[in-house]
Amino acid sequence: MSENQDVITVEGLTKVYNGNFTAVDHINFSVKHGEIFGFLGPNGAGKTTTIGMLITVLKPTGGKATVLGGDIAKQSLDVRSSIGVVPQEYTADEDLTGYENILLCADLYGIPRSVSKKRALDLLQLVELTGFKDKRVQTYSGGMRRRLELACGLINRPKVLFLDEPTLGLDVQTRAATWNYVKMLKKEFGMTLFLTTHYLEEADALCDRIAIIDHGKIVVIGTPTALKDSLGGDIITLSIQQDTDITDLISKIEHVKEVKKENGGYNIKTASGEATAPLIIEALRKRGYVVTKLSMAKPTLNDVYLQYTGKSMRDAEESRENVFKQRMTMRRARQ
Amino acid sequence: MSKSETKFDQTTVEETKVSKNRFHGLWALTNRDLKKWYQNPIVFVIGIIQPILWLALLGKAMNISSIFSTSSMPTLPAQLASSFTPSQLQGLATYFAGFQSQIMTLTFHTADYFSFMAMGMVAFVTVFTTAFVGISVVFDRRLGFMNKVLSTPVSRSVIITSKVISASIRSVFQAGIVTVIAYLLGLQLGANFTVFSIFGVFAMVFLIGFGLSSMFTAITLRTTRMETPQAIFNLVTLPLMFASSAYFPIGNMPGWLQAIANVNPISYTIDAVRRLMVFSDGYGQFKLQLGNMSLPFDFLYVGVFAAVVTAICVVLSWKYLNK
Repeated sequence: MSENQDVITVEGLTKVYNGNFTAVDHINFSVKHGEIFGFLGPNGAGKTTTIGMLITVLKPTGGKATVLGGDIAKQSLDVRSSIGVVPQEYTADEDLTGYENILLCADLYGIPRSVSKKRALDLLQLVELTGFKDKRVQTYSGGMRRRLELACGLINRPKVLFLDEPTLGLDVQTRAATWNYVKMLKKEFGMTLFLTTHYLEEADALCDRIAIIDHGKIVVIGTPTALKDSLGGDIITLSIQQDTDITDLISKIEHVKEVKKENGGYNIKTASGEATAPLIIEALRKRGYVVTKLSMAKPTLNDVYLQYTGKSMRDAEESRENVFKQRMTMRRARQ
Repeated sequence: MSKSETKFDQTTVEETKVSKNRFHGLWALTNRDLKKWYQNPIVFVIGIIQPILWLALLGKAMNISSIFSTSSMPTLPAQLASSFTPSQLQGLATYFAGFQSQIMTLTFHTADYFSFMAMGMVAFVTVFTTAFVGISVVFDRRLGFMNKVLSTPVSRSVIITSKVISASIRSVFQAGIVTVIAYLLGLQLGANFTVFSIFGVFAMVFLIGFGLSSMFTAITLRTTRMETPQAIFNLVTLPLMFASSAYFPIGNMPGWLQAIANVNPISYTIDAVRRLMVFSDGYGQFKLQLGNMSLPFDFLYVGVFAAVVTAICVVLSWKYLNK
């Protein structure tokens, strides 16, 4: 696979459950080599269904997709051999030790023991579990389990790694550590990573590009910066002592895109808050206005997210199985 | 993270020879299931204690031969006895002295009920051991392990077959335990018994174990509810056992029950096990209640059952393990 080829291509991919519920609705995107691509969306938006189809566990009902050049429907075995998967839930066998779990994964990929033993020990060291390798997984904390899942997902040296909600229910420290692993995989091994999350700061901190998905459709794709810029830049909020309407005055200042008078103050949209604020203060001072309050806000991914997905909460109906699995995952994550 | 960086060299990616065998992962998955059993002392010990309880308590309590012993028969009323001559009385006494063993041999083909029932228990433990496969399939689904396995290049039929093989191996072990315990509790071996008979029993148990665990797996393949395999377990296991020759000879059952017992593969399993272990009547001339069955026919019947059910289960796994 050459460097500039797309690792994942998705065209019109669709999944309809039971002929009536469309979980994923004709989505299109591609993931470049060495990229961290994030799938962001509210619960029930279709993230896990998409990842399920890409890792060939779910059969698409329409469209097509390739992973590392292999068709997910026709060459599923080849696709499965060359990818790594870190599922949302903890899948390690509780009754086996961490080391045994990794070896079991290796066996499932058909890696001979002569190779896998050494590789398992390397991976345990990589995720800092060497000291616990002979302890049963049932004694592991949530963070250790997550790291073990990561090690299992890397056992076949995948060229692309799929992570489904990699930090669900984890504490801040483990989440930060997980982010470091992800960044390291990209940097050190040039791995392509596809992850789903509903944590905005996670997508912001990790992803080179983000696709926001809602109701089974991709609403926007772009780099975190581009998505934030698409909201129109920074917002300066300002109040003055005088009652005069200064909307026209401000809108003539350089960089200012839009001025709105709200609640006795002014909301000013500008490409760069840092550059514009001094200009505004200077202009107002010259005319004799006294600035009483000034604050500045940069748009967050939060704003982007709410802009595209709306504010309503999602009460998507979940299957018993998924609810149970999610509960188990959350419970074990907090152990 | 620590800076004592590991040598996670990607250079060997292409060189590593990965098994392309269609059956790779089969032993790994089978052994994983077996480990849960032999590494868990409680499960292991209970698996041994349970047959002891059944054999020692039920098997010994149902002392049917004592019902037919001369001591349990009422003595002849004096008036009736006086109507016989002493030599006639002597003849009657001799006749009734052999009464017990004749009834037992004619009905059960063993000298005592315990030997008859103990071999039925061999099938009983197999049914119970294999029924747990369904629960293990649902557990793997619910805890996410199944999802993990499905995302690896392991063939779907291998996932299912590993469950079936591990349950069959457990069944063989349990059957061995039952046989040893039964022997210690006074099992009377048949005239045809040799050491090879034991291997015959193991082979038969493996076959029926294969068939039954495939059946239970197929039923629970799509289930995500814990209650379903448990309900099926209760619904299926008892009829399977009672409508067979496990506790009572088929020839003495009412006609409609005979019809069911005559197609029940458990009956054929038990017939083979009894022929190998406890019957003395010889394979060829002995005519069992199931008709003119013979040992090879028992193996053929159970073998075909196992093959058909396993094939169905594998086909279903292709269809249902991918959603």
